[in-house]
Amino acid sequence: MIAYIIRRALYAIPILIGVNLLTFMLFFVVNSPEEVARLHLGDKYTTQEQVEAWKQEHGYDKPLLYNPEAAGLDSLTDTIFYTKSVRLFVFDFGNSDSGRNIGHDIRQRMWPSLAIAVPSLILGLLLNATLALMLAFFRASYLDVGGVVLCVILMSISSLFYIIGGQYLVGKLLQLVPISGYDTGFEAAKFLILPVIISVIYGIGSGTRWYRTLFLEEISKDYVRTARAKGLSEQWVLFRHVLRNALIPILTGVVVILPLLFMGSLITESFFGIPGLGSYTIDAIQRQDFSIVRAMVFLGTVLYILGLLLTDISYTLADPRIRLR
Amino acid sequence: MNSIHFITNPTPVRFIRRCGLSRLWGSVAALVLLAGCGDSWNDPRGENLGSGSVLYASFSDRPQFMDPARSYTTTSYSFIQQIYEPPLAYHYLKRPYELMPLSAARMPEVLYLDGQGNELPPGVPAEEAAYTEYQVEIKPGILYQPHPALARREDGSYRYHDLAEADLESVNALADFTQTGSRELVAEDFVYQIKRLADPRRHCPIAGIIAEYVEGFAEFQAHIQNTEGVPMDLRGLSMSGVESLSRYRYRVRLKGTYPQFIYWLAMPFFAPMPWEADVFHEQPGMAQRNLTLHWYPIGTGPYMLTENNPNLRMVLERNPNFRGQPYPEEGEPGDEGQGYLDDRGRTMPFIDRAVFSLEKESIPRWSKFLQGYYDLSGIGSDSFDQAIEYGGGGEVGLTDAMEEKGIVLRTAVDLTVFYMGFNMLDPVVGGYGERSRLLRRAISIAVDYEENISIFTNGRGIPAQGPLPPQIFGVREGEAGINPYVYRWEDGKAVRRSIEEARELMRRAGYQNGIDQETGKPLVLYFEAVGAGPDAKASLNWLRKQFAKLDIQLVIRATDYNRFRAKMRKGTGQIFQWGWHADYPDPENFLFLLYGPNAQVDTNGPNSANYKNPEYDALFSQMKNIPNGERRQQIIDRMMEILRRDAPWSWGFHPVSYILSHQWVHNNKPTTMSYNTLKYRRIDTESRAAALQEWNRPTVWPIWAGLGVLVLLILPALIGFLRRERERGR
Repeated sequence: MIAYIIRRALYAIPILIGVNLLTFMLFFVVNSPEEVARLHLGDKYTTQEQVEAWKQEHGYDKPLLYNPEAAGLDSLTDTIFYTKSVRLFVFDFGNSDSGRNIGHDIRQRMWPSLAIAVPSLILGLLLNATLALMLAFFRASYLDVGGVVLCVILMSISSLFYIIGGQYLVGKLLQLVPISGYDTGFEAAKFLILPVIISVIYGIGSGTRWYRTLFLEEISKDYVRTARAKGLSEQWVLFRHVLRNALIPILTGVVVILPLLFMGSLITESFFGIPGLGSYTIDAIQRQDFSIVRAMVFLGTVLYILGLLLTDISYTLADPRIRLR
Repeated sequence: MNSIHFITNPTPVRFIRRCGLSRLWGSVAALVLLAGCGDSWNDPRGENLGSGSVLYASFSDRPQFMDPARSYTTTSYSFIQQIYEPPLAYHYLKRPYELMPLSAARMPEVLYLDGQGNELPPGVPAEEAAYTEYQVEIKPGILYQPHPALARREDGSYRYHDLAEADLESVNALADFTQTGSRELVAEDFVYQIKRLADPRRHCPIAGIIAEYVEGFAEFQAHIQNTEGVPMDLRGLSMSGVESLSRYRYRVRLKGTYPQFIYWLAMPFFAPMPWEADVFHEQPGMAQRNLTLHWYPIGTGPYMLTENNPNLRMVLERNPNFRGQPYPEEGEPGDEGQGYLDDRGRTMPFIDRAVFSLEKESIPRWSKFLQGYYDLSGIGSDSFDQAIEYGGGGEVGLTDAMEEKGIVLRTAVDLTVFYMGFNMLDPVVGGYGERSRLLRRAISIAVDYEENISIFTNGRGIPAQGPLPPQIFGVREGEAGINPYVYRWEDGKAVRRSIEEARELMRRAGYQNGIDQETGKPLVLYFEAVGAGPDAKASLNWLRKQFAKLDIQLVIRATDYNRFRAKMRKGTGQIFQWGWHADYPDPENFLFLLYGPNAQVDTNGPNSANYKNPEYDALFSQMKNIPNGERRQQIIDRMMEILRRDAPWSWGFHPVSYILSHQWVHNNKPTTMSYNTLKYRRIDTESRAAALQEWNRPTVWPIWAGLGVLVLLILPALIGFLRRERERGR
């Protein structure tokens, strides 16, 4: 397994370089370093000398990808792309274009993101699995049909509707929880209730339908028929046999997103005023802060690759027949 | 969190049996208790922030820089102007805006000098001076806020000026330093700050313009630029034009005359900075922890920043070292009636703490204001109809719902102009011949800004008659103040000229019915638009229709702001919209937007229309150097006539700010020039507490109803499950 992990880690390097190159090119297709400098220095009274000084200080005074004036390897290394990218591979994110330490900001802001994402994931998983099991149990009944229709309705509604509707109903009309905001420590709990509930409800439609499909597929297999023929109760069949065997695809879906929980939710954090990494990324895009955008895309890619690797490993734990070579 | 699970989860029967119903209800109760910490369940304010007189407000954009040498945005200013004290400030109540001493003991003494540095003899006009010297005397006894940069050991040495990396291991915020200190403000601190403005490493946005006037500033910049290893502590370097004359007096010497310099002295750029702050923050390991002057201001003002989390909350607390300041004794007519003078002579500040919460979305911000959790609010377009209604005569008022809550509306015309400019370098709409001039004037008539204001800003604006907003010297009232090329004076008000008149101008220009008479081709013009999203689309469609009134085809060239600016710098745009907010309330700060030497194509200056008129430029040079008075008014009148005739801009409009506040907020006079307003405000905390309690009673029955519905939904499934189990058992 170790050889497999090392091989996957080595595969990740060209992927990371490619993603980084793509991000770099997309960003600088619409923004020249000159414009980035002017954006940060402001519109009024900015002189060309100030622009040049800013570019020099922030490492934007070099050619983008290729330096024709440099010789040999320097023609590739004495460029903005190389100087801005190479440190990422040791997770040194450096400073944002406005001067803040990105690593420090990420360490601070990942906790609020996790505070929403982790409970939403666990509660959603439990609720969706339970509902899916129930629908599978009552398959082909009115309850099943009604449940599926309800799931489709829930899936068809935009997440913004849940957020704005939830804030209006629970926060504004019923005045049960704060409409938005955040706090540190235990004070954070009352701010998390609404976004977590909304995240869970938003995920019910798609999650339940998917799990129901998985369970129904398992239910129709021979070993389930055999288990019933042995006289096992339906709940025993469902919980001990069907659920366990349907876990592999569920694990695939869950484990792959585990590392991405750090990255936060862009819309939820923005509407609820949660100072997590999702809103950090959105802010950076709006401010055209390339250093943060690049760092967050890089981090997201690393976490995604990590998630895929964890998924593969989790297969071996869930299914003893699977071996990684 | 488990409690949520129990409420919404149709749990299998065995699980319910195992947990027991009592646990279920216990968890529901836990949820209720969890949500109900405090007086109201929905109170978003931190409990430990609530004692004393506290103002709660929000901000939507986090301040990017709080170093006064770098900061130049309204968001940053709304914080740092409570902390830093420049020598001068604007009077809170008087309009037109009037400067008064703040950290200065009195208004600066202005000396006009000849080339040898001798004072000009009496009777010699100031314009002939080779130098102007501003001597500023500051108030003695002013103290800095408590700050670790100023903490000293018993032997007098600075406690935190020689930190090693290891000393910072447990430090993440300024509050983690256990000791603080203070010292008296001295004139040298003002001198030190001006040197910081010249330091290219600080990226001061106004360094370019200050270098034009302050003697020795440009040389100081060049020296740092060209010298390796200049320390960030600039005490060892001197600037010839800026000098401390005594402990409480300093001078700034300008090349020639620049009367507008006095306004710069009211901006945070010229606020004092203790050198200790630079030494403290430049230590190794500080920047890695974001412990920089950009994030931790150090000032002498009424407030200090005690919580700096721009991603969540910024908290200003009363500076215990603040000397106190009397509330103004006088204002403008009408202030007495509006209660602005109720606190005259009382010592400020009145508020102990101000909590600003980050609120990016307008809907939650508005809802929290209505719940009373924010004391102040603007009005977004989506909530405008909920808040404002117009009377039969067009007068602005609050809706009944707002009136019932005792909400107060204040309005103020911003010192801002939004305009539609014509690139004077363009061969069709530009130039100074009669043909293009008539075309521009026809377009100016056709683009109906009264309609634009009504549709796109809910009536919050007034059509511009020229570049100068109201309350700026030089603006004429009534008929004398209208742009006669676009408006006529009828029944005591300005009325836009008819589209027939505009068409006649088009005919005279050789574009009858939108056809170029010289080429026989339709007239096609190009508009440089920033963004083309759904919001912009409506506005751009409206603009297209305005041009269509003259049979002109308007082509929208949508781009992003960066590329738009690049086009403007290169002079390749044709027609565009832009805006300007005043740095200071002087006509020079608007009229220089059309001054020839400021043409954007030539000097990257603010004259984006690249307008050049020798007569206007000559008049501008005269006007900017003379004080307000009849002579200046006459020059401005002539300049306005030239501009209106040439029409390099279609004059657009001046926005009007609508500010809402709750009845418990006092002394909330709108101001668009100064931001140091927190110290003037007063909160009636008892009135607020009563209102919050009344407005925020939680409605609990839907929880129980929801649970009941849930049980009704689960019950059939449960019965069905049990029945099947029984059937299977048989």
